[in-house]
Amino acid sequence: MREKAIYILAILAALVMIPNLKTVFMGLPDEAMQGAIYRIIFIHVPAAINAQIFFTVSLVTSILFLVKKNFLWDSISVSCIEVGTMLVLVNLVTGSIWGRNQWGIWWAWDLRMTSQLMCFLLYLGYLLVRPAIAEPTQRASISAFVAIFAYADIPLVLMAIRLPNVRTQHPGPVLETGTMAPEFRAPFGLGVLAVFLICTALILIRQHQETAQREIDSLRRELHSI
Amino acid sequence: MDITNLTYLFYGYSAAWIIITAFVFLLVSRGRRIDGELARLKSLVADKERR
Repeated sequence: MREKAIYILAILAALVMIPNLKTVFMGLPDEAMQGAIYRIIFIHVPAAINAQIFFTVSLVTSILFLVKKNFLWDSISVSCIEVGTMLVLVNLVTGSIWGRNQWGIWWAWDLRMTSQLMCFLLYLGYLLVRPAIAEPTQRASISAFVAIFAYADIPLVLMAIRLPNVRTQHPGPVLETGTMAPEFRAPFGLGVLAVFLICTALILIRQHQETAQREIDSLRRELHSI
Repeated sequence: MDITNLTYLFYGYSAAWIIITAFVFLLVSRGRRIDGELARLKSLVADKERR
């Protein structure tokens, strides 16, 4: 069942992504101010949006684990955080390359970029600390608390370009303010969907590994007790 | 079309795909290690129980 779902998600992702990439690279005109480089938006922003979706899922599942003590929630949480952290890295790297081309600098310590870097470091910390805790219940409980704590950065990332009186190098929210050209909206939405489908397949694979890892832990305990 | 823009566009998409591909490889190699370890432990437990 799980394998079937992974294959279906991967096929759907390919069906959405391949024609969309063709539209992005061969169908859309260059942007008036930026030329061809603006096409980075079709990977840079979908990566960030999906990371925030998966971090929100991890927040909910972490709370559910603390309430119900069911390891299924813990395995979903860690899987979402691992994939989300990878997406934040994609967002930071592509943003840096875009910034180098448009602003002439690789990095600016403004609120948006710094809060996104903090987000990456917080969740990376979660992933590095987690394996150091041997006892499964303790590991899942501490991980859930760290995941809830790390999520506190997400509203800051979202608000960084919306707060008044905050000077930022990063442009404002183009979708909400309507400054994105109408012909860019459909490929942008399909880009978000394609990244979501690929990453959901990756989360299902990772979640299965987490369940198998717990089985390994219990077999090890059984071996010691025999 | 500005060639500098195209170069940076290429860098951007390449970097994104390299990160995603590296993550998939990491996932696959971890999956193989976990499957191997699980099979080894299951046979060890079965052996011990038989004795």
